[in-house]
Amino acid sequence: MKILVLISNVPDTTTKVRFTGDNTSFDDAGVQWIINPWDELALTRAMELKEAGGVDKITVANVGEKTTEPTLRKALAVGADDAIRVDVPARDAYFVARQLAEVAKDYDLILAGIEASDYNGNAVGGMLAEMLDFNSVSAVSGISIDGDKFTVNREIDGGSQLLSITGPLVAIVQKGIAKEPRIPAMRGIMMARKKPLNVVAAVDAHEKTSYVNYELPAPKAACKMVDEENAKELITLLHEEAKVL
Amino acid sequence: MDFELSEEQNLIRETVRDFAEREIKPLARDLDEKGEFSVELTRKIGEMGLFGMYLPERYGGQGLDTLSYIIAVEEIARVDGSHAATLAAHNSLGIYPLYAFGTEEQKMRYLPQLCTGDGLWSFGLTEPGAGSDSRGSKTTAVIDGDQWVINGSKIFITNGSSEISKGCTVQAVSGEENGKKVFSTIIVEKGTPGFKALTMHGKMMWRASDTAELFFDDVRVPKANLLGQIGQGSKIMLQTLDGGRLSIAAMGLGCAQGAFELALAYANERKQFGKPISKFQINAFKLADMATKIELARNLLYKACWLKDSGKPFAKEAAMSKLYCSEIAREVADEAVQIHGGYGLMKDYDVERFYRDQRLLQIGEGTSEIQRLVISRYIGC
Ligand SMILES: Cc1cc2nc3c(=O)[nH]c(=O)nc-3n(C[C@H](O)[C@H](O)[C@H](O)COP(=O)(O)OP(=O)(O)OC[C@H]3O[C@@H](n4cnc5c(N)ncnc54)[C@H](O)[C@@H]3O)c2cc1C
Repeated sequence: MKILVLISNVPDTTTKVRFTGDNTSFDDAGVQWIINPWDELALTRAMELKEAGGVDKITVANVGEKTTEPTLRKALAVGADDAIRVDVPARDAYFVARQLAEVAKDYDLILAGIEASDYNGNAVGGMLAEMLDFNSVSAVSGISIDGDKFTVNREIDGGSQLLSITGPLVAIVQKGIAKEPRIPAMRGIMMARKKPLNVVAAVDAHEKTSYVNYELPAPKAACKMVDEENAKELITLLHEEAKVL
Repeated sequence: MDFELSEEQNLIRETVRDFAEREIKPLARDLDEKGEFSVELTRKIGEMGLFGMYLPERYGGQGLDTLSYIIAVEEIARVDGSHAATLAAHNSLGIYPLYAFGTEEQKMRYLPQLCTGDGLWSFGLTEPGAGSDSRGSKTTAVIDGDQWVINGSKIFITNGSSEISKGCTVQAVSGEENGKKVFSTIIVEKGTPGFKALTMHGKMMWRASDTAELFFDDVRVPKANLLGQIGQGSKIMLQTLDGGRLSIAAMGLGCAQGAFELALAYANERKQFGKPISKFQINAFKLADMATKIELARNLLYKACWLKDSGKPFAKEAAMSKLYCSEIAREVADEAVQIHGGYGLMKDYDVERFYRDQRLLQIGEGTSEIQRLVISRYIGC
């Protein structure tokens, strides 16, 4: 059994977002990059599955330029066996899925985060499954391996489903897939040095979207505190100022 | 000149920071309040691979450089002084002399078990009558047949009396030559008859770290427990302290960084006269000064580490780093409390702990006065 975990390289969640070029591109100056939090959980679950036995290899893959390598190296430090970087800037979800499809064919299980915390596109996992003609399940909050079958827990409105699926499978995972992301130990960081990080050339593909303009959300209005005995004032405010009642 | 850290050093910083935030921060205030040493957290620090991280793999280490180790201490100190102390003392004072001066047999016997977090080791130099003046030592070691017999006591010994303390490297007077004391360094394992370790309570700072008083009453150990050569005690001590100064400096830097971040966050949040107090120039400039001092301290300390990692002399820069980082820790923590106003004096605010923890740094492993003495000798006074 071989697992591929898709790794998106995203700005740290506390990044102060700025734009350049007349608001047409994201300003990455001084940005701290991290593993997309959902991908980090996916990798953690992959490690748990490997430790439980039955998984031979965990590979991590990213579409991006050389600057994303520290993020892949961290995934190797956490415990992935090898890494693939498709050497091209990520343009849009279709483009990324198209690149990944070239390197993902030989895996039995592909774990994708439900979204990446930068563009929150929620699309790569599903597209990749279609391109590879793999089964796919989204909103996965639990997965285990039973021989050649996967038992998958999927969150649905008001409850959850338990599915049994024969592979190959793309599992699009969300919160709950693992408790906490693993922090690599020093040994892992040292071992990551020697693990293969394979750089592959991109295939010809065209993105289907282009970014016209970025805009920051309106700043949050000041918070008004209302005394707990003053429910009446709260209702008046909601009615007259916020106009939501 | 290249000030860029390596990819690996950046990852070590990020990793140790995550670990400190997740595992140490939630417990630090309570352990400090109770004055409790945590065996469990110490084990976790071991599982992270932070003990002996600069040792070669065959001794249980990770083969990392000095700077990586210093970054790890800095990041723990950014969150809590006590746990940084446990880490720094074990690595720099416990493990280092065994590694640098031990025979292969001694290294294989002690080092692997000291890298896991299941065992701590201490360095016993200070005595009631011998602080800055380490030559004032009264503890003696004499040879009797094929054994050393040790008598005397040590005070303020970090990691000397915890549940998982495995022993101590003891500095003792082993004779006299031309009217001058000759020092030797002897390995004493826990459980040796006549060796007693008592925990010292009532510390103002580092309350969750272990500090011991050690007593040696006709303690007999094999002659093979000598570390290095007879008469090499002073050299072992000086070389150990050179490295130790880097880790105390790292604690100062981390403490200052932590206090600064608390102050900045508080100043941006706390409103008086209708605006955040960081908008008052006096506070903004205070924060600017803090950031500048921290930047200077970091550059100086990292340079000292770079010298050491490049195999160049680093003792002068180590003393300068220890002096400067510990002194700015005091200045930064003091202003950080000031920015917190009355709340900064309350135990519910972490800055109060930083204010106490920094105070040891100008005293331990050579006081600020002694650092100035050391530096003044290097510059030719
Ligand atoms: C929490 C804690 C942990 C410690 N851990 C260890 C440990 O693990 N191992 C260990 O061996 N020791 C340890 N120490 C001891 C520490 O290194 C000593 O406290 C320190 O070296 C100072 O010695 P002293 O306290 O006896 O002060 P003193 O030497 O008595 O100094 C008192 C004052 O006199 C000044 N002074 C002394 N001599 C001179 C001089 N020549 N010129 C100018 N001023 C001078 C000093 O700077 C200081 O201000 C620890 C101490 C503490 C508090």
